[in-house]
Amino acid sequence: MPGRGWLARWPVIRQLTGEDGRSDAARSSRTDALRPRTEDAGTVARSICPYCAVGCGQLVYVEDGPDGRKVTQIEGDPDSPISRGRLCPKGSASKQLVTHPGRQTQVLYRRPYGTAWERLDLDTAMEMIADRVARTRRETWEETHEGNVVRRTLGIASLGGATLDDEENYLMKKLYTALGAIQVENQARI
Amino acid sequence: MAECHPVGFQWVMEAKARGARVYHVDPRFTRTSALADRHLPIRAGSDIVLLGALINHVLENELDFREYVLAYTNAATIVSEDFRDTEDLDGLFSGWDAETATYDPRSWAYESTGEQPSAEQAEGGRRDADAAGSDTFGAGGPAAPPSPSTDPTLTHPRCVYQIVKRHFARYTPELVERLCGIPRDGFAELAEAVTANSGRERTTAWVYSVGWTQHTVGAQYIRTASILQLLLGNMGRPGGGILALRGHASIQGSTDIPTLFNILPGYLDMPHAGRHRGLDHYLELEGGATGFWGNRRSYLVSLLKAWWGEAATEENDFCFGHLPRMTGDHGHYTTVMGQIDGTVKGYFVVGENPAVGSSGGRAQRLGLANLDWLVVRDLALVETATFWLDGPELETGELRTEDIGTEVFFLPAASHVEKEGTFTNTQRLLQWREKALDPPGDCRSELWFYYHLGKLLRKRMTDDEIDRPVRELTWDYPEHGVHREPSAEAVLREIGGVGPDGRALSSSTQLRPDGSTTCGCWIYCGVYADEVNQAARRRPRGEQSAVALEWGWAWPANRRILYNRASADPEGRPWSERKAYVWWDAERGEWTGDDVPDCEIGKPPGYVPPEGAHAQDALAGTDPFIMQSDGKGWLYVPAGLVDGPLPAHYEPHESPVANPLYAQRANPARRTYHRPESPYNAPDGRFPYVLTTYRLTEHHTAGAMSRPLAYLAELQPELFCEVSPQLAGEVGLDNGGWATIVTSRAVVEARVLVTGRMRPLRVGGEVVHQVGLPYHWGWGGGGLVTGDVANDLTPLVLDPNVYIQEGKAMTCDVRPGRRPRGRAALELLERYRHG
Repeated sequence: MPGRGWLARWPVIRQLTGEDGRSDAARSSRTDALRPRTEDAGTVARSICPYCAVGCGQLVYVEDGPDGRKVTQIEGDPDSPISRGRLCPKGSASKQLVTHPGRQTQVLYRRPYGTAWERLDLDTAMEMIADRVARTRRETWEETHEGNVVRRTLGIASLGGATLDDEENYLMKKLYTALGAIQVENQARI
Repeated sequence: MAECHPVGFQWVMEAKARGARVYHVDPRFTRTSALADRHLPIRAGSDIVLLGALINHVLENELDFREYVLAYTNAATIVSEDFRDTEDLDGLFSGWDAETATYDPRSWAYESTGEQPSAEQAEGGRRDADAAGSDTFGAGGPAAPPSPSTDPTLTHPRCVYQIVKRHFARYTPELVERLCGIPRDGFAELAEAVTANSGRERTTAWVYSVGWTQHTVGAQYIRTASILQLLLGNMGRPGGGILALRGHASIQGSTDIPTLFNILPGYLDMPHAGRHRGLDHYLELEGGATGFWGNRRSYLVSLLKAWWGEAATEENDFCFGHLPRMTGDHGHYTTVMGQIDGTVKGYFVVGENPAVGSSGGRAQRLGLANLDWLVVRDLALVETATFWLDGPELETGELRTEDIGTEVFFLPAASHVEKEGTFTNTQRLLQWREKALDPPGDCRSELWFYYHLGKLLRKRMTDDEIDRPVRELTWDYPEHGVHREPSAEAVLREIGGVGPDGRALSSSTQLRPDGSTTCGCWIYCGVYADEVNQAARRRPRGEQSAVALEWGWAWPANRRILYNRASADPEGRPWSERKAYVWWDAERGEWTGDDVPDCEIGKPPGYVPPEGAHAQDALAGTDPFIMQSDGKGWLYVPAGLVDGPLPAHYEPHESPVANPLYAQRANPARRTYHRPESPYNAPDGRFPYVLTTYRLTEHHTAGAMSRPLAYLAELQPELFCEVSPQLAGEVGLDNGGWATIVTSRAVVEARVLVTGRMRPLRVGGEVVHQVGLPYHWGWGGGGLVTGDVANDLTPLVLDPNVYIQEGKAMTCDVRPGRRPRGRAALELLERYRHG
């Protein structure tokens, strides 16, 4: 048994003197000082992985920092009977999905025939989009088709839904149907 | 499965550790193959031959689970004497109309017993061919008479059993070897494993993904597996089934609550202008009067009440007239053609990236470039938002930024941790996600976007009649927080249904046809039972049974295995102790077991329906398939499919080999688009190789959720093609070098991976080489890694039942080196197109 000095506690010495290098002898004072990223999380949200449809459980760790709240870690949820705490490479990388620097956080606008993006205020964008939907709907409204009532527009279409929530799909289908837009499709078709 | 659903694959490995045998059928050798007992490489597009030969093996050797087959399937049913098989008509079933390229299914019907013919059979096949009608049978099944003529000895030459047996008689191990490229010893081992592990004591499961669906015979692939599984008694039982592994977090949910053109929530048809007059007429045509689908008035009226509230009354057909009408195919690819032709003016693309992810990428981008306005919502600047700035057509000179008139709005989306709501996973399980934090900057949820857009649009509505459906829409959800986020729980509660007393409903059996109940999606009825968000339940796995009924909520009624009545014998006893799941408890007079029984809980096995009974009352106590009008599993489909009552092997639309079975080479009913934007490969030597596409573990679909992530981009940095050493030698490809892959749609370059994991197959005496191509790359999309778009190569040709494109089997040519740039790329394409 080595002595108690810092040299004796050095992992190299401990391993050379016969302690198992795959166990405690590999620990250094730095190792001992390491803390899990999740330790300082203010809240932990129970979530589900957003990639494939297996539906693995995720725990999302959020820390309150000086710059506001931020996700510090996403881990598998050991309670899940589906995933038992495991995540695949994509699920394990999903903290980057929500924090990567390439994520867009601003509305962008390209005017017709424009050659560059422009900035646009979100409220303005919403009003402009509503104007276009209302106008295109009216301009392309089809009351009858070959003598039958159809009450629809083929001028407005939508694509996407499989990456979204059930509640979101519901509002989409409800609104589009009321508007008479029927060309609504998602990834289930592909 | 190990590649694309790795965490789900742990359960396959658990089963293997407990003695299960695992077979992997795939054109390429993957991580799944490495862990399976045996990998059977197959030529892409030939699976009906393999599955058909297994059916033949079962029937020839009388290995079917006879008690199950007699009690639970339509094996004994007698079919009309007018029916003619593909075996009689050289690849066509009776009823083919060459002019309209559709089938009239009247001759496929069961022998008449004087009952009314079903709507499908009365109206003819155009009904389903038009507007993907077959798609709606996912939950319901078309109508069939509840009590047809039968022969329980299964010897009548026109009974389903004998018809199926004759139909598959030519699907032999020799044919498997010749068409699939699977050697006879491989087939023999598979056939032995599947049959030895089916019956009272054991079950076999089939697991598939889009490798089975993205074909011009995709729906029939699944049908072939259904026939096999019904014959072997593997449906509705633990460890059995045909399990679809779906690729997006809530692709199941977006089918149940469909952002799809041809269905309403809960697989109710969208009304069709030419076929449906009013509510009563619609209900009369859309399904049978028997089985649970017989309650469809309650389902639809409750939906209409959820949407139009007080405005929906008995007198006005509950606002049925507010629903827009279909007149045919309004699907994704037809919509794209509408964009190119200028009829589609405005387009919302939310969390999808068709410029990279959809087949025929060039047609997609030409469509985007011809819009008036485009709204793209995503986490990153996907290629669909930037095609006007950096799309491949700018490089070739086909488009110029200054000439593209499309007005583009890019709105950043909230991520999955920045909003609350449910995903429905691949096993129909709804799991609620808690919100971890607010989204940054302008990022918002789709719930926020559509709710507030709807509010803005309602302000723009007038007294005009065309605005009435929007004006009268129920559109008032509680709002929270600084961004005025609508309450996802309030939306989920509306989906789950509310009774006359204003309380959340607990079961779809409580829905009423008189407008006194509301329910946004009848199959989700009960998700908010007892005013509790059932999808948010999280009892840890260690604290409940393996079925885990208190983790999330599965539709319908929290059942985890569908049709589980079939896990018990006709008398209600488990088929065996090993496979006990639900059973009839005679003492208590109800069904019980490990799962929620998928039948009426108090209906005894001995129940015999009285004459003229309606809906579920017309099903016997022995009928497990309760959504079907006759309660039976269908080996033979008398109505509802566009391309035949039985699966037949057809070659892919683009194939290097002939069809030795029939003069009819490809599925005669497949949907084609003869358009210059996306032409088909000539069936000659110009495109000698088979091309198939797939995913990698480290990326997700079109890459928007994986290419921008440093970890994943580093793990799989570049588009590559997988080729065998033999093909590499034939073409002159070097491992690590470049290859150019050509179809008449596009020219794509990829790094070469020469690997023994791709094996040349001997098909009909000739060697067929296959090329494998993952499809995750694009030119931008915020990706840290970029590459050519594999989907630019794929043809626009569709399965006629569900309009899914043939992305898994086509032809191509491969050339050494990088692809030409600019106009030279177009010139190369021209040479391939015109020889």
